[in-house]
Amino acid sequence: MDAFGARTDGLAGRRRRPFLIRSAANAALAEAILIPIAAVGVAFVLFGLFLAVVGSPPLEVFSSIYRGAFGTWFSWQNTLVRAAPLMLVALCTTIPAQLGLVVIGGDGAVLLGGLMAALCGLVLAGAPAAVGLAVMAACAAVVGAGWIGLVGALRHYRGVNETISSLLFTYLAVSVFRHLVQGPLRDPETQNYPGTYPIDPAFAIGEIPSTNIHWGLAAGIVACIAIWIVIKRTPFGQAMRVVGGNPRAARIAGLPVGLLTVAACALGGAFAGLAGFFEVSAVIGRANSALYAHYGLSAVLVSFVARHNAAAVIPAAIAVGGIRAAGGLVQRAHGLPDATVMVFEGIVFLVVLWSASWYGRTPLSRMAADGK
Amino acid sequence: MTKSLALTRRQFIQSAFASAIVARYGIGALHAEEPITVGFLYVGAKDDYGYNQSHAESAKIIGELPYVRLIEEERVPETVEVQKSMQSMIELDGAKVLFPTSYGYYDPHVLAVAEQYPDVTFFHCGGLYEEGQPANVGTYWATVDQAQYVSGVTAAHMTKTGKFGMVSAVPIPDILRAVNSFLLGARTVRPDATMQIIYTGDWNVPVKEAEAVNSLADQGIDVVGCEVDSPKVIVETADKRGLYSCGVYASQAGLGAEGFLVSAIPTWAPICQYFLDKSIAKEPFEHTIIGGMAEGYVGNSEFGPAVSDEAKAAAMAAAEGLKSGTTKIYQGPLKDNEGNVRIADGESYSYGDPFIDGIDWLVEGVTGSSSI
Repeated sequence: MDAFGARTDGLAGRRRRPFLIRSAANAALAEAILIPIAAVGVAFVLFGLFLAVVGSPPLEVFSSIYRGAFGTWFSWQNTLVRAAPLMLVALCTTIPAQLGLVVIGGDGAVLLGGLMAALCGLVLAGAPAAVGLAVMAACAAVVGAGWIGLVGALRHYRGVNETISSLLFTYLAVSVFRHLVQGPLRDPETQNYPGTYPIDPAFAIGEIPSTNIHWGLAAGIVACIAIWIVIKRTPFGQAMRVVGGNPRAARIAGLPVGLLTVAACALGGAFAGLAGFFEVSAVIGRANSALYAHYGLSAVLVSFVARHNAAAVIPAAIAVGGIRAAGGLVQRAHGLPDATVMVFEGIVFLVVLWSASWYGRTPLSRMAADGK
Repeated sequence: MTKSLALTRRQFIQSAFASAIVARYGIGALHAEEPITVGFLYVGAKDDYGYNQSHAESAKIIGELPYVRLIEEERVPETVEVQKSMQSMIELDGAKVLFPTSYGYYDPHVLAVAEQYPDVTFFHCGGLYEEGQPANVGTYWATVDQAQYVSGVTAAHMTKTGKFGMVSAVPIPDILRAVNSFLLGARTVRPDATMQIIYTGDWNVPVKEAEAVNSLADQGIDVVGCEVDSPKVIVETADKRGLYSCGVYASQAGLGAEGFLVSAIPTWAPICQYFLDKSIAKEPFEHTIIGGMAEGYVGNSEFGPAVSDEAKAAAMAAAEGLKSGTTKIYQGPLKDNEGNVRIADGESYSYGDPFIDGIDWLVEGVTGSSSI
C-alpha cells in the first residue's frame, strides 16, 4: 500500500478498508479510544433508564450533571480539585496493574503518608518553606512506598493475594492512624475533633495562581505523564509489562520478578503517600480523620476506566471528579439522594469492566482482520 | 410637523403590559422580594435516624418558611469537597445563608470559604467559634448529654441486672460526659448500676457497632445506650438480642424495636431560625449559641412501647428538674473510675461552666478508659 492508503498490491476482489483501520494496530488504537467512550455512553443510557424508573427526568438530570461538573469555570475548578487526589491515588492501582496485580489499598498509603507529612511538618517548624515541603513530600512518599511495597513483598515471597492484603492493610492503617492521632500524637487543643498539632503555616503549599485548585492537580498530571513514559519507554516499564504478560516466561528470561513486583507496588504507594502529603499541606494543615476520605475506591475505578494506562488516568480522574462535583447539584436541583451519583459511578464501572470483553471483537477489528 | 401628544404604538403596548402586570400581581410584583436561599450540608445520610436526621428535621422546618428556598446536600465529606459544595451552593444556587452541620467542617473549610464570601453567613454546628475569626460565622451546639441523664433514669427503672452498656464513637469530652450523665441519672434510681463503655473508633461504623452490642449482650448487660451518628444498627441489634436500648440525636421509635426506651435529642430549629432572622435583617448576631434543656434545645423523644408508667413519671420529673435547674447532674461527692475525687462534697457545677466542658474522665461505676 502507498502512503495514501490506495491498494498497490494489485489483489483484486478484496473489500476496500477505511483509512483508519488499515492495519490491526490502527484498529486496536481506534478501539482503545472508541470503546471507553461507547462504554460511558451505554452507562448513560442505563443510568437514564434508572432515573426514569425512579421518576426523574433523565435529560434534565444529565444537564445538571454537565452544569455541575463542566458548565462554568467554577464547576471546572470544583471538578479538578476532586480529580487531583484521584490521579495520584489511581497510580497506586495503575502501576502494579502493569504486572497483572490488582492493588486496591491506596487509602492506607494516603493516611500514613499524610500522617508522616504532618509529623515532618511539626519537626521542621521554622525551617525554610522549600526545605520543609520537600522533606514532607519525600517522607510521605517513602512511607506510602513502604506500605504498598509490603503488599508486593507479601505477594511475591509469601503468595498472599495482593487485592485482599492491600484491602486489609487499609484497615490496619486506619487503626494505626486513629490510635496515633487520638492518642500519643494528639494536640490536646483538638478536644472534640482529635488531630495532631497544626503544621507551620509556611508549609501550606497553596493554590495554582488565579484558581482555587491546589498544586496537587499539577503534581497529579505530571506524575501520570511521567509514569506513562516510564511504562512505555523505559526498560523498567518494559520489564513490568513482560512480567504482566507471563511471569514464568519473565523469570526464564532472567527478569528479577520479585524485585519488580515490590518496586511497582512501592512506586504506586509512593504516589498515594504523596496524595496524603497534598491533603495535609494544601488542605487540612494537620493530620486528622478528614484524611480518611475514601479516595482509594474511586481511584480504583479511575484506573480501571483508564484501562491501567497512566496517561488515560488524567481524563478518567477528571470524569470521576466531575461526577462527584455534580453530585451536589443533582441532589439540590432534583431532590435525588446522594446515592444517585454513586449508582451512576457503579454503572460506569460495571459497563467499563464488561467492555473489556469487546476488544478485538468489534466490527473494526473484524474489518482489519479481513485484510489479512 | 407638530409633535403628537398621542402615544406611539410601542408606548401603548408597553403601558398596556405594565398595567396588566400591576393589575394581576399588585404593585409589589414590580419589586417582588426573592426568597432567600438557605443551604444545609450533612456529613451522612439525611435519614440516618441520628445526627444528620436531627439537622435535616430542623432544615425542613426552616424550609417551610415562605421566604426561604431550601437546598440540601447529604454525605459531604469533611475534606476540601465541603468547601466546593459550599462554594457551589453560593455560586450556582445563589445561597446566602449556609448551615454546614458537621463538626469537622469548621477548621479549615468553613473558615476558608467564609473569608472568600463576606456577604454570605455561615452557621456551623459544633460551638467552635473563637475571637478573631470571620464576622460572618456563627456556631451552635446543644448539650445533648443532659437528656442522656433522663435516659439513664428511664433505663434504671427498666433494667433487671443494673448493668448498662454504651457504644461510643471516640473518647472525647462530649461523649465522656454523655456516658457519665447516663450513669449518674441511672444511679439516682439504682445506686449499684454499672456501665461498660465500648469505643468503635469512628462516628459511623455499623459493623463494629453491631459487634459491640453483641459483645455487651454476651456480658449480661440488658440496656444499651449509644453515642454514635446513626443509632439505627445499635437499636436493631439490641432488639434482636432481647435488650433494651436508648438512642441519641433522633427518635428511633420509627424502627419498631420493642426494646427501644427513649432517645436524647437536640432541637436545632430555634437556633437556626435566630441566625436566619439576623442574617436577613443584616444585624450582628451572637457568634456562639450553646444551650441545653433550660433553653429548650435539648429534650427526649417519645417513649418506646416497653416503658412502664412509673419509669415515664420518673423520667419526666428528672427532665423537669434539669429544665428548672433544681437538679444538678455534676455534684459532689463524685469520684472518677480510677478512685480520684473529682468533685468534693458540697460542690456542684452547672452547664456552661468550663469545668463541665473539660470533663475528660469517667465517673465511678464505668468500666472502660477515658482514652483509646
